[in-house]
Amino acid sequence: MTVQTDAIKRHTIAVLVDNESGVLARVIGLFSGRGYNIESLTVAEVDPHENLSRITIVTSGTPMVIEQIKAQLRRLVPVHKVRDLTVEGPSVARELALVKVAGVGEKRVEALRIADIFRARVLDSTNESFVFEIVGSTEKLDAFINLMEPLGLVDVSRTGVAAIARGANPL
Amino acid sequence: MPTQPLNGAEIILKALADQGVEVIFGYPGGAVLPIYDEIFKQNRLRHILVRHEQAAVHAAEGYARSTGKVGCVLVTSGPGATNAVTGLTDALMDSIPLVCLTGQVPTHLIGNDAFQEADTTGITRPCTKHNYLVKDVDSLARTIHEAFHVARSGRPGPVVIDLPKDVLVGRGEYVPAAKVRHKSYKPQVKGDIKLIETAVEMIAGAKKPILYGGGGIINAGPAASQLMTQFAHLTGFPVTLTLMGLGGVPGSDPQFLGMVGMHGTYEANLAMHDSDVMVCIGARFDDRVTGRINAFAPNAKKIHIDIDPSSINKNVAVDLAIVGDVAHVLEDMMKVWKARQYRPDERALRAWWAQIDKWRARECLRYEKTNKVIKPQYAIQRLYELTKDRDTYITTEVGQHQMWAAQFYKFEKPNRLMTSGGLGTMGYGLPAAMGVQVAHPDALVVDISGEASVMMNIQEMSTLCQYKLPVKVFILNNQYMGMVRQWQELLYNGRYSESYTAALPDFVKLAEAFGAVGLRAEKVGEVDEVIKEMMALDRTVIVDIRVDPAENCFPMIPSGAAHNEMLLGPEDEADKPISEDGMVLV
Repeated sequence: MTVQTDAIKRHTIAVLVDNESGVLARVIGLFSGRGYNIESLTVAEVDPHENLSRITIVTSGTPMVIEQIKAQLRRLVPVHKVRDLTVEGPSVARELALVKVAGVGEKRVEALRIADIFRARVLDSTNESFVFEIVGSTEKLDAFINLMEPLGLVDVSRTGVAAIARGANPL
Repeated sequence: MPTQPLNGAEIILKALADQGVEVIFGYPGGAVLPIYDEIFKQNRLRHILVRHEQAAVHAAEGYARSTGKVGCVLVTSGPGATNAVTGLTDALMDSIPLVCLTGQVPTHLIGNDAFQEADTTGITRPCTKHNYLVKDVDSLARTIHEAFHVARSGRPGPVVIDLPKDVLVGRGEYVPAAKVRHKSYKPQVKGDIKLIETAVEMIAGAKKPILYGGGGIINAGPAASQLMTQFAHLTGFPVTLTLMGLGGVPGSDPQFLGMVGMHGTYEANLAMHDSDVMVCIGARFDDRVTGRINAFAPNAKKIHIDIDPSSINKNVAVDLAIVGDVAHVLEDMMKVWKARQYRPDERALRAWWAQIDKWRARECLRYEKTNKVIKPQYAIQRLYELTKDRDTYITTEVGQHQMWAAQFYKFEKPNRLMTSGGLGTMGYGLPAAMGVQVAHPDALVVDISGEASVMMNIQEMSTLCQYKLPVKVFILNNQYMGMVRQWQELLYNGRYSESYTAALPDFVKLAEAFGAVGLRAEKVGEVDEVIKEMMALDRTVIVDIRVDPAENCFPMIPSGAAHNEMLLGPEDEADKPISEDGMVLV
């Protein structure tokens, strides 16, 4: 009973931290030092008055590991709040990608058609390329990028996941 | 009068005074010269000049662990800071409160690969509880006060403050140490009373209980040790302690089963394994304690009390977790126990103690009594017998001698054993003893040591002699890195690769060269004599006890084995070969 062998599950964790030098290094160092997985990480200042930044981490692990990750995060001195958006009520998550596709002729037309289906916007266009902007879930972005692959995909830039709880309450 | 009368170095001295710092262990260098100049101009703060920065940190650890105060260190930039890293890691692993001030090149040179520059906050981030780089002299005082608060509260630990030289000479405002209210750092001290009530109910229903205490009891202050002992007496439950917890209940208490873990006693480990309710109090289910994790106390309901939520469910999933300071939680537990008039299950407990007495009858710490050669266990037993009536502080290095000290020296009070438990740092004991002796000038301070470990910080003999610190360095000299040799014997068919020290110094002459006294015992009959002589001397002493080079430390739970698969002595080795899985583990 002492060793849990539960399945590995993906969790999205929101962390509110002091926006000070080294704070991201502390979080990343914690993950690498203890062998935890980072699938996606985003960070930006969200409260300039209180000088707070929000880090959104997508990670995966057994329930015991996820519990450890949260406890270890809470132990960092500049960390104010840690919330597991995957288990603490419903939440929404979005990611943005910029996708560059180069090609001419039929492939170029096909790329534009698929972009339309996915509601991706064209940010830049030349005679032989597009830059698409697409917003959605990680899975949607993955699907779009996969479809672009044979059509001349040359470059992808993704923001990583930003997530927030549904409803009226703050973090 | 100018509005900003103090420079950075003056602010530091004032802040340290406000924090009640009396002693600082350090080593000067270019980047910290302004602080050293202020130290020169005053008499309140005592500076102990070490011979290596690692030793400064260990000395501060010894000071902190023997007093319960925050230890304080001052080192220069670059190599000064990197040399301190081992000590900081040691303090982090063993939850020792420290504040370490490190010099840094001026802010405008940071990142330029300047002379004696190192990315100190980057290097020390994973080996401190928290660290700061002070870029502005106006935030200096606040940062120092905050650092002391972080170091001593919650689960204690080391904190580094990196101080660029321009911050030391710039002028700024002093902020007094008013109650620090940190924005985000608020450790939970009181345990949840509902959970405590559930815990007490589980405890009252126990038939084969065990109390398993750790370093948290020592860190929670002497009151916690008294509460722990009272709780044990109130319930009549058997108690075991980890290496870091020794002294948490008196070593001579009849309910104390001895240390738990890899080299713990047979009765403590078997009681852990067979228990039905285990109360873990300020310990962390370390791999040296649990043995093979999937065979660890398979039938026990586990209650875990710890101030650090990240210790809970880390190695072992527990049934009930209470986050809080162990002293507060133990006090509340006893209140609930008394208020609800719980009684332990006397009949079950009698049977449980009868079983424990059978395990005790195996006399797992027995060793060969001989007059031919000094057995290391015998030397420690004699040291204990001859020093137990004095208030004695013991430090150890790391290895066989450390485990024998834990097995054979009975610690009656908390804060009396200073040892490197988590990190296992050879070279810890001698500088730690230095820190203990500085804190307790009249006490008997003994570093139980091995001849290999002691060489790692032997330069501190010079510091001991400079400050006339009468530390006794008690070397169990077997000419081997004994624990390495033991593992090579058990796991590598006796291929003693690089574990024999072929060119040891003459420790008696070495002591004399430093200006200390050297004593030696080569025969069993000489042991008492040299211990008495050592105790009578109000000077730094090295005692070279020439012990049996082939002695192994038993009992032992081999790596990858469970508590009930213990080796009791040499005769067990052949019967219970170590598994291949165990070979991979350390």
